[in-house]
This record gives sequence, structure tokens and C-alpha cells, in this order.
Amino acid sequence: MKLYEFLSENKTAIVSAWFNEILASYPSDTSNFLKNKKDRFANPVGQTILDGMEGLISQIIAALKNREGLDNGRTDPLLDGIVRIRAIQEFTPSEAVGFILGLKQVVSGHINNSSNGASEFSGNELIEMGSIIDTLSLRAFDIYMSCREKIYELKANEAKKLTFRLLQQANLINESRMSDPCFLNFKNTDKERKEVLK
Amino acid sequence: MAKFTAKPKDLINIDYTPPKTEWMDTPTEIREHMFCHATKAKDLETVEFPNIHEWRPQDEDWNLPANWEQIVLQGMQDLLKKYRSFQLFMDICVRCGACADKCHFFIGSGDPKNMPVLRAELLRSVYRGNFTLAGKILKKIAGARELTPSVIKEWWYYFYQCTECRRCSVFCPYGIDTAEITMMARELLNLLGLQLGWIGGPVANCYMKGNHLGLEPHTIKSSVEFFLDDIKEITGITIEPTFNRKGAEILFVTPSGDLFANPGTYTAMGYLMLFHELGLDYTWSTYASEGGNFGFFTSNEMAKRLNSKIYAEAKRLGVKWILGGECGHMWRVIHQYMDTWQGPADFLQEPVSPITGTKFENAKATKMVHIAEFTADLIKHNKLKLDKSRNDHLVVTYHDSCNTSRGMGMLEEPRYIINNVCNHFHEMPEDTIKEKTFCCGSGTGLNASENMELRMRGGLPRANAVKYVKEKHGVNMLANVCAIDRATLSASVDYWVPGTAVCGTHELVANALVMKGEKERTLDIRLEPLPGKEASE
Repeated sequence: MKLYEFLSENKTAIVSAWFNEILASYPSDTSNFLKNKKDRFANPVGQTILDGMEGLISQIIAALKNREGLDNGRTDPLLDGIVRIRAIQEFTPSEAVGFILGLKQVVSGHINNSSNGASEFSGNELIEMGSIIDTLSLRAFDIYMSCREKIYELKANEAKKLTFRLLQQANLINESRMSDPCFLNFKNTDKERKEVLK
Repeated sequence: MAKFTAKPKDLINIDYTPPKTEWMDTPTEIREHMFCHATKAKDLETVEFPNIHEWRPQDEDWNLPANWEQIVLQGMQDLLKKYRSFQLFMDICVRCGACADKCHFFIGSGDPKNMPVLRAELLRSVYRGNFTLAGKILKKIAGARELTPSVIKEWWYYFYQCTECRRCSVFCPYGIDTAEITMMARELLNLLGLQLGWIGGPVANCYMKGNHLGLEPHTIKSSVEFFLDDIKEITGITIEPTFNRKGAEILFVTPSGDLFANPGTYTAMGYLMLFHELGLDYTWSTYASEGGNFGFFTSNEMAKRLNSKIYAEAKRLGVKWILGGECGHMWRVIHQYMDTWQGPADFLQEPVSPITGTKFENAKATKMVHIAEFTADLIKHNKLKLDKSRNDHLVVTYHDSCNTSRGMGMLEEPRYIINNVCNHFHEMPEDTIKEKTFCCGSGTGLNASENMELRMRGGLPRANAVKYVKEKHGVNMLANVCAIDRATLSASVDYWVPGTAVCGTHELVANALVMKGEKERTLDIRLEPLPGKEASE
């Protein structure tokens, strides 16, 4: 049996175990809610994580089967859904993205519990899967950083929005600053925007 | 530097499981990005708030007054005596948990102390320990605890993680208004001088200058003139509004945020265009220049003081009634509190639309009409010429402000307007709109920037529903009737649903409004080219 076939056969159990692993990072009152409330609007965190994990496992299976590496176009949105949430919750950076590496243990556990254990699979397959998970982990870190940078950008933008019109009316914005692309969204007239874009 | 000895196997074996302690034994950590800065002493002095002192939330010692415990317990006793509802809400909860998972902050953060039932327990536990026999005798067994400085910090941290949106109350079988519990807790914290800068500053500004931003009359006037230039560029029409005009029929009051920050400014342009087209006999006031009421987030008394300026100005100008702009909490204040504080405003007349003759009987006591009611009535009577196609580049959904929906029951008017000025409108899922709407996540004075992480947590459930209609219907515009929504949802959707814009309902009206004598429109209200109608270069 190939590793991707094993993952396909055990997909439901693996997703469930992986999901339980991430839920354990929340207080117990919360993890019960995240696990049991199935409505995606009443429980966006739990459902986004579960959907994301299912999708990621499918993508890992596809990558192992096709031997073409990960399709980032498909995996990035799945990672983004989960990481964007954890980036603003009560987690350190490693806690926010560490769940990806946790998948190695989850899969290892299932392999060890299977009839033949790890001996059934070639070393190359296991290394390849480990490498795929490592790649996902690094991309998750990129997404985490972009989320945190976005938070700071939002803070800065709010300050600019509050003061832009006042500064403009008081004629306190230097012409050279006016051409700064960061002010583009705050231009008041189409003409001004066109001037900047020239 | 410590030697790094962890083996690779250990690295993936880190246990992130939080400790399993009861809530009373779980200490509260005051985290950066989650709280707002403390207010300046001078702002509290302006409105004569008590126990003004220097402190910072991140410091260990908050410099509480020496008799802080007595202040809090006496304050609580006074509130229990004054408000029977507070006493009832302290006693009646059976901790059924119906509210637990309805709070946007709990849903987004996963922090159990954001469950409304548990947030209220932070206060109830002290109530039981000091005001009930069972609590005094049985202590922790009866859910009671001692009042300590840590409890004060916990209150401050979590009661400023509640936006008083009242979604949890919709699901409470006893009808406990958790927002009022938060209000009581905030009153107690205010007694200790623990006010937020983002609340204390606007309150002082509003008290002294008539609006939250502290804009003086000439600044307000020049802001509006700025809009008039833009309106002239878009429509070719010159508008000449009046300010502080005695004898006008109507006084118009709107949140001051609409005068300064995008996208609220576009909504203000919409008001100006609509009133000009109607030939409405109205005036702006540079003194009652704030529809919002941040006093509402400090104490009942302060809210009353700020509310009174609107009525004092209406009396001074001798208007017949008041028309209010798109705002959220302004309308909860008017609808649920104003009449008790100041009413009935007998020196004003029962509002009647001068255009349609409609009597706004719902405003019989307050004499104040929401602009969405006013405009919906105009459309219903076919008084506006509208070209919906000018909004064809927009696929719109509507966010019910907590205060206009749950606080005053205004559900259909904004939708009626949007459906008459837009061709593409899609509702978000049923459990996320109308009475069950999710909060923007930044109301009640939490719309500062330093607490952006908190705001993103609270904004998640709303944004999640927006994301759904964006993926399903291609929604690119989130309309609302609240200035705080316009200011804060912009950030929320930028994080959660990039590519979605936010607008006031009257911006959409202004786009569609065909004005007498206007030039052919090539620009929308944001001065962006109107698709299909761009000017030839």
C-alpha cells in the first residue's frame, strides 16, 4: 500500500485526530463549542479550522499521489482561513502555526497503530510527506506574518484617515507627501488621485 | 545564552493545552492590542468625573484611590437601589448557557470569560459575596468571591470586551439585558477613575464643543463646504446649506464622524444632496453637532447631560422637530432613554414630513426621526427620482446596526431604501441579520486603534457572513446606517474579507438620486468614474 492510499483510507480519522489536537489549544469550555456547534455562521472558528484541515489533507494526498509537490494556489487559501483566525487569538506565533507540524505526530500515530506499522511504507514516502508538511508550515508562517503586518497597517491607516482631511484643510500636507502612495486612498477628488497615479 | 538541547522529536511534542482551572482561579492577563489606553486626567476633569488619577492598564499598580473597595461597594449598592432591573439581573440568571455562544467576542476569541454568562458572573460573584446572605455564609460554594484589585482589573479588561450589542439578550429565556450589566460595571469602574481615552476624550469634547471630535463651528462649516465642492464637481449643482439658523422647520443632527472620516463623509454628502433636492427647510447646528453619545458608555448621568444639548439647541433655534442622521447608539439613546431623561419634548411638534405629510407617530415623544424612516417614506410616496443603474457596479449587502435593529426595531426601512436605489442586493444568512445581527465588534467606545486585535476578534462573526455573500453573490459593498459601523467595518473587512467596501445607505441614495438641473453624472459620490458613464478624455 502506498502512503497516499493509507492517508485516503484513514482520512476521516486523521482529520478528526488533527482537529482534536488543535482544539486542545483552546480552553475546554471553548473546545466543546468549537467541536460540537456545526453551524458555520454560529461557529466560524471551528468550522473554518475543520474545513481547512480536510482540504489540506486532501491536498497532501494529491501531492503524494501525483508527485508534483503542493499546489500552493489551493493550499494557501486553506491555510489562510485557519492562520488568519489564530493570528488574532490568544496565541504566540509558534502556537498559532504549530498545528501544522502536529500533523506529523497524528499521521505517525495512525501508521503505528496500523497492522504493519511504518515498515509498510518506503522511507522516501515518509520523508516526502514530512517535507510537504514542513513546506506547509513555512507558508503558514508567511501568512501569519502578513496577518500581523495587516493589523499594524490597519492601525496606521486609521490614524491617517482621522487626520488626513484636517491636515489637508489646514494645508499642512507637504506636496511631496501627497504623492506618497500611502495617501492614495484618502484623496478626495478623482483629479488628485489621477495626479498621484501619473 | 542557554544551551539548546531539545531534540527534533521534542520540538513537535510541545503541549499547548491550557491549564484546566475554574474561571475564578484563572488569572487575567492584560494583553497588548486588546485594550484601549487610559484617558487623560484633563478630560475627566472637564466633566467632573470622580477619582481622577494617573494610571496605565499595562502597569501592575493602577493607583486606585485608598478607599477603592468602599467606593465600589457603595456604588453597587446605589445602583441596585436605583435600578430594579440591575437587582433582577444579578439574582435571576440560572446559568443555562443559552447566551454563552452568542457573543461575537466569545465566538471570535474563544475566551470563556467572553461568554455573556461568565462575563456577568465577574460582577455577580462580588454581588453575591457582599449583598446576599448565601454568598456571605457559603462564599465560593454559593458562587461568591472577594473584591480584590485583581477583580477590578478583570472587570475592566472584560467589560471593555463587550460592545453592549445585546445579541445574547435575544437568546436569554429570562430576557436578561447583559448590556445593562456591562453598563453597571462601567459605571463602577468610572467611579474609580478607570476610563478609556477613546471614551473620555470624546465625552469631554462633546460636553465642551458639542461633538466628539472637538470640532469648532468654523471647522464644521469648512468641512461641509469641502463636501459642497465635491458635490458641485459630481453634479454641477451648487448647494447652500444653513448653519444655526433660527426658525428653520427641522434641525438636522448627525454623528460628527461623518464630517471627517471616509467613508462616512460620502454619507454626509448624500444628506446634503437629498435635502437640497427636496428644498427642505432645515439647518445644521455647529453646537449640537453630534448625534452620537459616548457619555452613554460612562454613566447614565453623563449620557443624559450630553443628550440634553440636542434638545436645548432645538429649543434655542425654535425648530419644529429633529431629523437624525445615520447612527447606531444615538438611536438606542433616543428610543429607550431620552423620554425618561428629558421627555416629553413638548416645546417641539410631532414630526410631520413636509414633503409627504406623513406623521411619524413613533417619534411622538422624542420628536426625533431617523433619516432612514424619513427617506423610506419619501420613496414610498414616489417623491424621489432615482436611477438605480448608477449603483450597478455595486453588489450590496446590509449590516443591521445592533442599536437600530435590537435597540429600536428598525429593520425594513434601510432595506426598502437600498432595494429602491440598487439593482443588486443580497441578504446575509438569517441568523446573522435583523434582531440576530452580529455586532461590528467595535461599538461602545471600543473603536480605538490600539486594541485592533480585540476588534478583529469581535468582528469575525460579522465578517464571516459578509465573506459568505461575497463568495456566493460577489458582494463588494457592505451598507449600514451607523457611523461607528462605517468607521470600524472598513478595518474589519479589510482584514477578513479584502476587496469589500463599506458605505452608508445615503451614499447609495445620493448615487441614484436624479437631481433637478444636474449635469450628466460621470462620477460616483466617491469621485470614482461611474462604470459605463465615464467622461471622455
